[in-house]
Amino acid sequence: MMPLYAVLLLAVGTYAYRLAGPLLAGRLALSERLRHLLAVAAAVLLVALVATGALTQGHGFAGWARPAGVLVAGVLALRRAPFPVVIVAGAAATALLRLCGVG
Amino acid sequence: MLGRFTLMNMRSPFRTLERAILRDVALVCLADALVGASFGAISVSGGLPLWVPMALSVLVFAGGAQFAAVGVVLSGGGALAAVATGLVLNARLLPFGFTVADVLDGPWWRRLVGAQLLTDETAAFALQQSEPRRRRAVYWFCGIALFVVWNVSVLLGALAGGLIGDTDAFGLDAAFPAVLLALVLPSLADRRTRTAVVVGAVVAVAATPFVPAGLPVLLALVGLLFAGRSAAGETGGRKAAGGRNAADAGKEEVR
Repeated sequence: MMPLYAVLLLAVGTYAYRLAGPLLAGRLALSERLRHLLAVAAAVLLVALVATGALTQGHGFAGWARPAGVLVAGVLALRRAPFPVVIVAGAAATALLRLCGVG
Repeated sequence: MLGRFTLMNMRSPFRTLERAILRDVALVCLADALVGASFGAISVSGGLPLWVPMALSVLVFAGGAQFAAVGVVLSGGGALAAVATGLVLNARLLPFGFTVADVLDGPWWRRLVGAQLLTDETAAFALQQSEPRRRRAVYWFCGIALFVVWNVSVLLGALAGGLIGDTDAFGLDAAFPAVLLALVLPSLADRRTRTAVVVGAVVAVAATPFVPAGLPVLLALVGLLFAGRSAAGETGGRKAAGGRNAADAGKEEVR
């Protein structure tokens, strides 16, 4: 069971993460170097989400179908295919591989 | 008068978004709707009362942490373990908040409301845009649309319960990494950023078998050691924050 206090703790903690940047960034004079690092940090975090999301499930390997679909999407995105094509093709590739029995 | 001025201020940026971006946001909303519906269905069919997935969706509004927290509880874990897992997973929102801080500049209420709309998707869309008005417009548009779509779909999923089948069969689990990848690619034009990103991704994947959920993504930040100084031509606040150059912006119009 998930009691109300647990939901609220998670909500307040998450909101604090979200609000810290918008609240503090205006008061601290961020140097150009730090701004650059923060932009790179966002890219690093997003790509790490992509990599772990594509390759892993829990603490193990997600199987071949999912990373193969993400790879198809990545190649299409690099070739500047329209966004919907990229996403639908990625999901379709994964679904097709599963239909063929690839995990 | 003030109200009208504010309204116009809020409305005019939306006109600066062209159809292609609105279409991209709509597609992300559609994918999120399916995930939200499966979250609602899983929570309720696991035995949780309706208010739990709904309160999590409105108040926490972070899919990964919601799935993780409910997963811990449904597999017999304690409520505090569920909170801890969710908080580790959401720690990435802290650096995202600094990256999009310029978007939320303005009156205090705008920061309070806008902060709740910060997600992987809104951060990625904002990162993709370099022009301040477009950054702001896409952040708010995507954030509000996702908030509404996410909560409605969680509710519908919870009410429909077991009607929703296995979303993995549609390859939906591949759609999420694909969305983020497509959004982040334009900001990888700089070679040192690419190095930092690759090192981070390798570290995150290598750490996954050994550390609790959420930590691998945070460990990826060691890649920043390879970020170096901002490259020549990438200086200037917005460009550095947006991470793309004019040539890329030009290509973007072609898409």
